[in-house]
Amino acid sequence: MVSAVFHSTPAVPEPATAPASARVAPAAQPKPAAPAPARVPRDPFDWRGLMGRVLPPLAGMALLVGIWGLLTQKGGAFPTPAATLAAAVKLFSDPFYRNGPNDQGIGWNVLFSLERVGLGFGLAAVVGIPLGFLIGRFAVLNRMVSPLVSLLKPVSPLAWLPIGLLVFKSANPAAIWTIFICSIWPMVINTAVGVQRVPQDYLNVARVLNLSEWKVATRILLPAVMPYMLTGVRLSVGTAWLVIVAAEMLTGGVGIGFWVWDEWNNLNVAHIIIAIFVIGFVGLLLEWLLMAVARRFEFN
Amino acid sequence: MKPMLQITDVGMTFATKRGPFVALQGVNLDVERGQFVSLIGHSGCGKSTLLNLVAGLTTPTSGVLLLDDRELRGPGPDRGVVFQNHSLLPWLSCTDNVLLAVERVFGATEGRAALRQRALDALELVGLTHARDKLPGEISGGMKQRVGIARALAMKPKMLLMDEPFGALDALTRARLQDELMKIVAATGSTVMMVTHDVDEAVLLSDRIVMLTNGPAATIGEVLDVPLPALAQQPRERLAMAHNPDYLQAREAVLEFLYSKQAHVEAAA
Repeated sequence: MVSAVFHSTPAVPEPATAPASARVAPAAQPKPAAPAPARVPRDPFDWRGLMGRVLPPLAGMALLVGIWGLLTQKGGAFPTPAATLAAAVKLFSDPFYRNGPNDQGIGWNVLFSLERVGLGFGLAAVVGIPLGFLIGRFAVLNRMVSPLVSLLKPVSPLAWLPIGLLVFKSANPAAIWTIFICSIWPMVINTAVGVQRVPQDYLNVARVLNLSEWKVATRILLPAVMPYMLTGVRLSVGTAWLVIVAAEMLTGGVGIGFWVWDEWNNLNVAHIIIAIFVIGFVGLLLEWLLMAVARRFEFN
Repeated sequence: MKPMLQITDVGMTFATKRGPFVALQGVNLDVERGQFVSLIGHSGCGKSTLLNLVAGLTTPTSGVLLLDDRELRGPGPDRGVVFQNHSLLPWLSCTDNVLLAVERVFGATEGRAALRQRALDALELVGLTHARDKLPGEISGGMKQRVGIARALAMKPKMLLMDEPFGALDALTRARLQDELMKIVAATGSTVMMVTHDVDEAVLLSDRIVMLTNGPAATIGEVLDVPLPALAQQPRERLAMAHNPDYLQAREAVLEFLYSKQAHVEAAA
């Protein structure tokens, strides 16, 4: 994969017995890939390819909105797409207003949710990644902890909330605690698996070079584990964002989850639909961000 | 003069699920300074096991290995190892891969610039100056293997240990790297122990060929002194060897050992 990206890399054939100086590769021009002889030069922009990539998603979106419009034509409690759009425009025209603690703009709600997710997830990363390293490196620890992980991992986020409320006696730390405990597992597990799967070759290199533990950790383990670790981080952020809505519905305060619940109490269904889109969009954004980070750490 | 490496009565038994497995038994071998020694035998005969013992990656269950009269305990920078699958770290450039080895050996006594120079010198020795900033994923298999050799040589080891270093390469690349290795050995006077299953490679490169019997409980069957000028003095000419009676005779002796005396038992594989 990577080699295809380095167009400027001259495809140097394995140099023979000639001395090094003689074979410093001339900065070979990349060969034109698949020359197209006897063809009329065309507009270089690939319109058809772009259409192929842009049209289907748009069509899918249109289909969804179309069905939604058809179903809400006769009226009822469910708002039409147009009504929802109008509500959205109004909502997003002033996302950062503040009318007391329980009536704040959608921007504030999203930001407060993100803050909770950031705190809970950040704590989970600080605890989970080193824990994963230790579990992966020491078999005894692995045997000790893995039954606990298997037992606690499938527990629903909401089951953790009462424990948080009990311990912290306050809603906000309880929500952060819930996110922490739910998003820690993918990071622990993926990091541990990554450490266990570091190719034996690399560890043999470490042994014959007699590298110190510090060098082994920084030069071999960390880079080798990074892709696994980042997969864990991505799964964790996804989980954290899933959990926040449920947690905030129960704990209240300012946040997108609480906002959904509040709008339900107001019977403002249009706002609930908008919230669903916003939650989806923010989740997508988080995922996309971490994918971009992960791509920077791929080697093969 | 005392031999550099002394292997005395070495045996290696692995504990497996189906009880102990005797891989090597009663191995006695001396390697002189500046000698090129090949270990050859059918697969599963324990030649890699023997090399790993010398590398210190495993400790023998019986017997002693001495390098310059010191017992070998674990791996050390006095033995440079070249693995079959090159084992370069894919996130480090060629220079940094070599530097990792250099730092460990000379890091305490030399500055950054001197260390880097050592790494670059080693890469130049294997003719890879032009690829020094590339990642292993961007260079060919033969080039990777040469970085592996550079990494081992950069530590200025007493011995170079090679485990089927060219086994994964195509025939033409292999021949070219063999020629280069001969030049490097002639230039540096290295003491080399190489595992191979290629008869021509063994005869072309070696001063002595150590032939192992079939496992389990493999041991040294025969040791052949190749009746050609020592490799450390001059690299051998591949084409000239094709008609050299001494070469052909040595080749025949190895083939005779492998295919007549120790014909491989397929069922054991």
